[in-house]
Amino acid sequence: MKKVFAFVMAACMAATMFVGCAPKKGGEEEARVIKVGTSGPLTGGNAMYGNAVANGLKLAFEEINAKGGLQFEVNAQDDEGDTEKAVNAYTTLRDWGMQIMAGPTTSAAAAATAAECASDRVFMMTPSASDVSVIAAGDNIFQICFTDPNQGIGSADYISQHNLGTAIGVIYDSSNPYSTGIYEKFQERAGEIGLNVVAVEAFTEDNKADLTTQVTKCQAAGCDLIFLPIYAAEATQVLTYADKIGYTPKFFGCDGLDGILAVEGFDPALAEGVMLLTPFDATATDEKTQNFVKNYTEKFGIAPNQFAADAYDVAYVIAAACEAGKVTPDMTAEQICDILVEQVLSMSFDGLTGEGMQWSEDGAVSKEPKAVKIENGVYVGIE
Amino acid sequence: MEFLQYTINGISIGAVYAIIALGYTMVYGIAKMLNFAHGDIIMVGAYISFSVTSYLHMSPYLSVLIAMVGCVVLGVLIEALAYRPLRGAPSLAVLITAIGASYFLQNAAQLIWGSDPKNFTSIVTFSPIKLFDGQVTITGEVLVTVVTCIVIMIGLVLFTEKTKIGKSMRAVSEDRDAAQLMGIHVNRTISVTFAIGSALAAIAGILLCSTVPTLQPTTGSMPGIRAFTAAVFGGIGSIPGAMLGGLVLGLVETFTKGYISTQFSDAVVFLVLIVVLLVKPAGLLGKNIQEKV
Repeated sequence: MKKVFAFVMAACMAATMFVGCAPKKGGEEEARVIKVGTSGPLTGGNAMYGNAVANGLKLAFEEINAKGGLQFEVNAQDDEGDTEKAVNAYTTLRDWGMQIMAGPTTSAAAAATAAECASDRVFMMTPSASDVSVIAAGDNIFQICFTDPNQGIGSADYISQHNLGTAIGVIYDSSNPYSTGIYEKFQERAGEIGLNVVAVEAFTEDNKADLTTQVTKCQAAGCDLIFLPIYAAEATQVLTYADKIGYTPKFFGCDGLDGILAVEGFDPALAEGVMLLTPFDATATDEKTQNFVKNYTEKFGIAPNQFAADAYDVAYVIAAACEAGKVTPDMTAEQICDILVEQVLSMSFDGLTGEGMQWSEDGAVSKEPKAVKIENGVYVGIE
Repeated sequence: MEFLQYTINGISIGAVYAIIALGYTMVYGIAKMLNFAHGDIIMVGAYISFSVTSYLHMSPYLSVLIAMVGCVVLGVLIEALAYRPLRGAPSLAVLITAIGASYFLQNAAQLIWGSDPKNFTSIVTFSPIKLFDGQVTITGEVLVTVVTCIVIMIGLVLFTEKTKIGKSMRAVSEDRDAAQLMGIHVNRTISVTFAIGSALAAIAGILLCSTVPTLQPTTGSMPGIRAFTAAVFGGIGSIPGAMLGGLVLGLVETFTKGYISTQFSDAVVFLVLIVVLLVKPAGLLGKNIQEKV
């Protein structure tokens, strides 16, 4: 019996050796479409970001395909925001025949994928991974969102210019590169322009279950503004606890807070007056934004956040660059990569998240941040 | 004033750890196994309560009962399906099964309730007490948590000392084979232990999420591990030990964050734990049983 079993096992192992050898169909021969891949946390605590990116891409490419011309196909893989799973997702996408990477969503995952894209020469533009290490991986890696340092500097400048706070507290996630990246630059900039930062409190992935002490310390230090370069789930804890103890400072966040109103069970009244720096404002009255919001809401049953808008813009950047560079679906990923890098560096793009966006050699975008304030449960643009 | 506020916050989170630790310690004391799925039963309890109040619009107090019943059924089922068949197996196999059960629960919760974090509405409705012109706040949740914790501990001690099933639990804990020879139904006793532990987990989950509102499939895992640490710290197997361990852990954690650094709080907490265990290897109130050869 054991021998039979061993033989069967050996046969299975031998058979799997040939799995990778199946003749490559699809990809090169019958290709009529350009294959665009993305990955992000489609499940897990940050799924709202990953799904927003995937939805934004799908919506944009559907519109682009409907116009005729170049046709695109999107494939979104789940990476749970994890570096190892992101590389697995990348491999899955490459096996599927991906020619352009329009992801990943989160910074740690994107840094891992960027290294792969750089060595394989696959063009990558991430909608939302804002850490600088992402674009440092290679000349073919681009961001459409602000880098974390820029968000930190932008926030400090904004708070200072508008005299929002005299004693500032910061609560950040020291185990997260996004949060730490923003915090460090914010702190540096605050020192330069003379913002009075009186309390800096941290938490980590492992002890984020209890943030009450952090809030208490900010209160004890007399903070009248708390800067929250963190994600929405943790921010709801801070807001809820502050409300419970009757502590009412101003709250100021970055793009990670986007989505706070979508947290199920969260009382939007608690987020009243929260300010955040985001390049996208769903209440903007221009036609482009309004159409996008309407179509997105109809299709997915939820209002788009900044991540969806970023992804939507990435899709149009890719389409415009492919069009201008005369990319055809039968080109290899490397050929497309060289064309797109050249096109993106020379283009000026008007999208939902900014006008006249331009990219520098290092892959960072230049555009103006917008600040919004939550009033009556919706974003309202402020000066 | 901050000192008082930190103490209150520390007791609050410590009391939650204590209730979870009671579940760990009971199961360990009687079944001699580490039930790593305990932390995830907490999460399921909170989700049941959340669903009952948010989707079915029932009273929050009723939701506590429903969550307890749900968790008891779940805990007993897990014990019967996953752990009982391994009763004679090496403890490592049981440990791995428990970790498996933990992952199973997390992923099942993700399938049922989705991965988006939910904001749990506190079941405690009365308003916070303000002292010293509002410089110190005792929230309703803190009071309820602490009172519940004390009641549960006293109840459990009485239960194991006075009732018949409680006595049989202690007997099984002391020597399983001898207890069986004396006519004690070992499997039933272990099932009852799991039922009690799971009911406590449901209460702990609801109290935890009332204090810290973010509810997601991984909500239970870190508090679970900390409570396990608290149980070891207090002396695993000892009911007052679990309570003491939980409170001390909560206080040390909060004071570290308050006075040393929020960045290094975990490092300090676990350093304290290591030092205590070096001095008292059986934990604060653990019995140091000599193995007779």
